[in-house]
Amino acid sequence: MIYQFEISRTKHGDRTSRLQRIRWETADESATVASALTGMNADPDLRDENGEAVGHIFWECSCLQKKCGACAMRINGVPRLACDTPLSSLGKKPIRLEPLKKFPVIADLMTDRQIMFDNLREMKIWLDRECSQTEDRDGVAFEASRCLQCGCCLEVCPNFLPGGSFTGTAACVPASRIIAEMESPAQTELGCLYRKRIYEGCGKSLSCRNICPAGIDIDKLLVHSNATAVWNKSVHSPGKMLH
Amino acid sequence: MDTINIIGAGLAGLSAAVTLAENGVSSRLISSQPSERSQSVLAEGGINAALDLMGEQDSPALHFEDTMKGGVYLADPEAVRNLTENAPRIVRKLAALGVPFQTENGQMIQRYFGGQKKRRTAYAKTGTGKMLMTALTDYARKFEADGLIHRLHHHDFVKADIRDGILRGVYVRDRYTEETALHSGPAIACAGGLNGFFPGRTTGTTQNTGHVQAVLFSQGVRMANLEFIQYHPTTFGISGKRCLVSEAARGEGGRLCVLRGGEKWYFMEELYPELGNLMPRDVVSREMYRVVRRPDCGDQVFLDMTALDPSVWRTKLSDLREECMHYLRIDPASALLPVEPGIHYFMGGIDVDARHRTSLPGLYAAGECACQYHGANRLGGNSMLGAVFGGETAARDLLDGGFDGGCLSLSTGCLSPTSVSLSTGCLSPISAEKLSSFLCSALGILRTEEGIRQSLEGVGEMLRDEALTEDFRARLLLGEAMLRSASARRESRGAHTREDYPERDDRAFRKTTLAECRDGSVTISFRDLP
Ligand SMILES: Cc1cc2nc3c(=O)[nH]c(=O)nc-3n(C[C@H](O)[C@H](O)[C@H](O)COP(=O)(O)OP(=O)(O)OC[C@H]3O[C@@H](n4cnc5c(N)ncnc54)[C@H](O)[C@@H]3O)c2cc1C
Ligand code: SF4
Ligand code: SF4
Ligand code: FES
Repeated sequence: MIYQFEISRTKHGDRTSRLQRIRWETADESATVASALTGMNADPDLRDENGEAVGHIFWECSCLQKKCGACAMRINGVPRLACDTPLSSLGKKPIRLEPLKKFPVIADLMTDRQIMFDNLREMKIWLDRECSQTEDRDGVAFEASRCLQCGCCLEVCPNFLPGGSFTGTAACVPASRIIAEMESPAQTELGCLYRKRIYEGCGKSLSCRNICPAGIDIDKLLVHSNATAVWNKSVHSPGKMLH
Repeated sequence: MDTINIIGAGLAGLSAAVTLAENGVSSRLISSQPSERSQSVLAEGGINAALDLMGEQDSPALHFEDTMKGGVYLADPEAVRNLTENAPRIVRKLAALGVPFQTENGQMIQRYFGGQKKRRTAYAKTGTGKMLMTALTDYARKFEADGLIHRLHHHDFVKADIRDGILRGVYVRDRYTEETALHSGPAIACAGGLNGFFPGRTTGTTQNTGHVQAVLFSQGVRMANLEFIQYHPTTFGISGKRCLVSEAARGEGGRLCVLRGGEKWYFMEELYPELGNLMPRDVVSREMYRVVRRPDCGDQVFLDMTALDPSVWRTKLSDLREECMHYLRIDPASALLPVEPGIHYFMGGIDVDARHRTSLPGLYAAGECACQYHGANRLGGNSMLGAVFGGETAARDLLDGGFDGGCLSLSTGCLSPTSVSLSTGCLSPISAEKLSSFLCSALGILRTEEGIRQSLEGVGEMLRDEALTEDFRARLLLGEAMLRSASARRESRGAHTREDYPERDDRAFRKTTLAECRDGSVTISFRDLP
């Protein structure tokens, strides 16, 4: 199969980008955008449609099985994981690959998502004392622990701006794990930050709901966190002690 | 105390960093990508500890015995003793950090895993690694805010600064700015397995290139047991890699079969009545390799999970089922799953003692990049444990004034980060593929002297290329060391099966294989177990 790509190219330290059109062929029917990028980078003689050498295309990957969030990028305008996007699902038109737009571009498809990690730190997302719950009653801790920090939800969120106070779903999900494991989160610093930097900033436009590549049940987490950290309600009785 | 350089932010690196921070010592947590993207997040089935929650009279002594036996008595007994005795404490600590381990009626439960007769594996569905990583990353974040852990994500290790036979610091390159800096102080290598030597052929991540091990080896750091490469019995190919079907599938009742005369033959159960499908991985992979080559059997092994209770699918294996449906479009609850052995884990690596010190004063190693705990074959669930405990042990040794204080007392504060120009570490995929094909053809499930010799010739040829970069030469030398280790071990043990030496030879080879590189040439020797 032959695929046409339009790939956004930016050099290290450069502000401008350009789209490069590249033709790429594969016999692998299950090839993904990640396999295409790996394949292109493995071909030192690859040329674009103007005959210009393509050179190394910068992008990030790690697990290649949608479990690490490294490869998030805009594929035909939609933020997705390159390793979880089969080429065969993308139709006949040229496949456009661009870096996520909410984050500074380092080179080509590689962006600096440091703001996400800074937000988690500023939000003080950690347990302050030993967790006393053994039972993850409604699976909240499991679900909230699954976040990849990929940034897709922030990319589509109309209210998230880097440098702004609102930290979006990417902070809300991990915060929910800690909130679920606290006894009365509303009174804590995290509870306060949750109200200010998540609850009050969310416009409930729901754009983030179907974009999460990990399929995290964001509504379930929100219901829990809002109930305890905003409305000061108990959603479940404390679990039994471990030992 | 100096700031400690930790290379790698998976389970081992995080564990080292938080142990230092708990004791007020600061560290640089250097990694190519953030913790969220490390291979540790992929770990599925669970972590072992003799907590004895299932009323089976389990004990650390039994965990020790199983680990030694599973590793065919090649692991360092003192180190394994420490590991298994500390395991219950470690899993309790992880629970206290909020890891949502599986429970039943409010109590934590454990599952069966390969090579162990007791239910000893604590787990969270088949996402245990991700759960552990989230809890530890959150815990580390508190110390980041306190200024005790300095994260340098998007930084690659370049090489060690070694002077007068002591590690004085590490050169590190920022992927974003492409600048290289020297950070002084001792280091703990926690850089994961040698996946990069087998691109596209392992269950692990592309990030673990093996660059750290290769460069350190070429700089004179000793390696051990490089010939022991684990083939996990149940994997399937997806675009660009092997995808794992966790051993938990068999721990929860999955059975391996092959078609013989049109009937399903559960060969493992017939050949090994006691542990059956849950024999250690080396044994299962070898039997799978053999059974598909029998004239009376089909050429595909299947995992049969069709008889599992629906509640098991719902509560314990839901994510595994989703993965099979997603990639193979097969529902394992109702159909057989085709599986093959695939490269999964590297038992060998940087040579360390029970305190995780390497042959280079000032350098420690922990996690999958070190040779510790697993001998000739690793038991499932022991590597996350080994990574957490190894990182902690290395940190403790530094805290206790390791290397007789020699390294720590060397104040190298004057060596502030400086910009230096060093080779970029960019690897030509074509050469990497060529090296990989030589390694794969010689270091499969069954090995022969002839196969190893041919590959050694191929690698030798590549080494004669004058235009080699320093980095690639280091890779080739480590590749050569893997092959030479396999050639020198003229016996069959654990993951190393020689067709020409099918017997185990304890007298000659119940020893650690050592590989060293001096002036560009590789030597292999054997050391008695401690
Ligand atoms: C699919 C799968 C399932 C598994 N399931 C289990 C299980 O159920 N139970 C179990 O016990 N084990 C399991 N394992 C094994 C286990 O996950 C790993 O052995 C363990 O997590 C290794 O941890 P680590 O800290 O040593 O390395 P990793 O988590 O691999 O971390 C390595 C770190 O080193 C960094 N790094 C690498 N190279 C460089 C460089 N050049 N410069 C800077 N940084 C670098 C990386 O960025 C990363 O942060 C599984 C493995 C896989 C692949
Ligand atoms: S609901 Fe809308 S505003 Fe709120 S986090 Fe999601 S996308 Fe952003
Ligand atoms: S919530 Fe989902 S989309 Fe957002 S960062 Fe986490 S994994 Fe990515
Ligand atoms: S490479 Fe890990 S999510 Fe794509």
